[in-house]
Amino acid sequence: MKSIGIKHALSAAIVLALLLVPVFIKSPSHLNLAILVLMAAQLGVAWNLLGGYAGQVSLGHAAFYGLGAYTSTLLLMNFGINPWLGTLAGGLLAALLSLGFGWSCFRLKGHYFAMATIAVAEIVQIVFTNWEYAGSAVGLTIPMTHRGWGAMVFADKAPYYWLALGLLTLTLGTTWAVERSHIGYYLRAIKDEPDAARSIGINIARYKQIALSLSAFFTAAGGSLYAQKELYIDPGSVLSTALSIKMALVSILGGVGTLFGPVVGSVVLTTIEELTRSLFGGSGRGTDTIIYAALIVGIAVFYPSGLLGGYRQWRDRRAQRQAKRDAPAAPQHAAVRHATEKAAS
Amino acid sequence: MTIDILLQTLASGVLIGLIYALVAIGLTMIFGVMDIVNFAHGEFLMLGMYSSFWLFALFALDPMVTLPLTVLMLGAFGMLLYRLVIRRIINAPMLSQIFTTFGLMILLRGVAQFLWKPDFRSVENSWVSGGINIVGIQLGRPQLVAGLGAVAITLMVHGFLTRTKLGAALEATAADKEAAQLMGIDSHRMFTWAWGIGAACAGAAGGLLATFFPIFPEVGANFILIAFVVVNLGGFGSVTGAFWAGILVGVIEVMGGLLLGPEYKMAVVLVLFLAVLMFRPQGLMGKA
Repeated sequence: MKSIGIKHALSAAIVLALLLVPVFIKSPSHLNLAILVLMAAQLGVAWNLLGGYAGQVSLGHAAFYGLGAYTSTLLLMNFGINPWLGTLAGGLLAALLSLGFGWSCFRLKGHYFAMATIAVAEIVQIVFTNWEYAGSAVGLTIPMTHRGWGAMVFADKAPYYWLALGLLTLTLGTTWAVERSHIGYYLRAIKDEPDAARSIGINIARYKQIALSLSAFFTAAGGSLYAQKELYIDPGSVLSTALSIKMALVSILGGVGTLFGPVVGSVVLTTIEELTRSLFGGSGRGTDTIIYAALIVGIAVFYPSGLLGGYRQWRDRRAQRQAKRDAPAAPQHAAVRHATEKAAS
Repeated sequence: MTIDILLQTLASGVLIGLIYALVAIGLTMIFGVMDIVNFAHGEFLMLGMYSSFWLFALFALDPMVTLPLTVLMLGAFGMLLYRLVIRRIINAPMLSQIFTTFGLMILLRGVAQFLWKPDFRSVENSWVSGGINIVGIQLGRPQLVAGLGAVAITLMVHGFLTRTKLGAALEATAADKEAAQLMGIDSHRMFTWAWGIGAACAGAAGGLLATFFPIFPEVGANFILIAFVVVNLGGFGSVTGAFWAGILVGVIEVMGGLLLGPEYKMAVVLVLFLAVLMFRPQGLMGKA
């Protein structure tokens, strides 16, 4: 009971500290880094719903992100629809279109699924690059006519921080709820033992689709938030393959299929990315890219289960060593106890 | 649309398709032998192009002369990459495998940009520049030579796989790694060869392309998706399949460009790719 109380108090303290970050960090560039970390974490958590829990590696999630960004932006610019509603509409549209995505791609396994998702995202990117209504390759600029919480446009960075934190919390909460519900158990069964899952009557396609739709919804919401923050979108910034990769990467770096893995991954990856960019990016020689890529390879080769996974392995190994050290004493105790019991009877 | 334009388009589609085939053969070999998808394959091609370019720019050696050297260098590079990096992820989860080769892709692009700057470069006035007129169809000589070179190299790879002991051992490992191991075939050695030959094929394609295609660090991006499509159409691991599928994709790409406009030619290829993945996952020529 007491430990639960401490846990709750600690969580409350962390949440409070996170909420107060913009009050203490006044430098716009630092606050921007914090926002980027939160946004990438949110995308990673959303990707993880499908990629981690259901084990379906998507490398085309930028398609959903772009759908969200374009839907809310086009609704705002052409029909004056409020971005809050636009975000919801973008999310719902992405979830709806994910039905087609799932129908076409879920019959594929492993590498094939991953490659099909790249192809789908690439087609979406080609369509938007050539679609005049959506600004073609030039992109769309959101006018700053209205500001404030109603219009979801701010001159200041702090509100975007709270928006990103709120969306991340919502995505984490949904993942947590899924993890603990029967859906979570079914997804794990589908990921680890698909044949066994099918044999006990789990409708595999249906549960994969639930994970995909939720994932698509939250990824699109992330896209709308990006559009409102940057006030400018184009195919390169919201539909690129690099973006799809980043969503998967933060999850893998932190640990796939864990609630907070993508958050850990985003903190590490986004920080390194921004740091190398500011230190070496100016040279125009790709030094930042080299460091970023070397990191990806290093993590993939040496920490296949991510940072959280690596930490858990280290903890388990330590626990095992501890157990081994204590072990020789145990049989003796048992023997002694046995002997004394015998003697007593 | 006149018949001339149609024939000319078809011919150029076949020629570029032969290059696609050569790139895809390297990719399908690596996949077939060890079940790893190499996202960095386009970068082997890029390195092959730079090898041709620098030998031309520094020593005035024609890309046609230096092609064997380029092939050898890329082959050695592929083997080295296997020994240093890929060997460690053979038994890793699929996610780590994807991200290792994906990371290598970005890494090699970054290194190329660091060493050689992001500028577009080209080989001017090589031995094969100019055009040629065959029964009324205008073709670029570099494209024609590249296409014929790709056919020759594909035949060599095919001959190697079907007629040599090492080729048979590679095929055996692709068919059943454990059984091949029991027959005394060292898997690691086979994997090293697969990466060497795979990279050499892509390098050869790069050397052939260097006479008429712009050379820049991200040039591989133009070829990797198409190579995936070709590998799937031909059936994973099938060299003959990749050859015919390469030609088919080349033709479909240029025809799509002709009918819908060049901006949609890639979309046409990708839609075909998805359709084949869904309805004939074993490839167009594979057995069900």
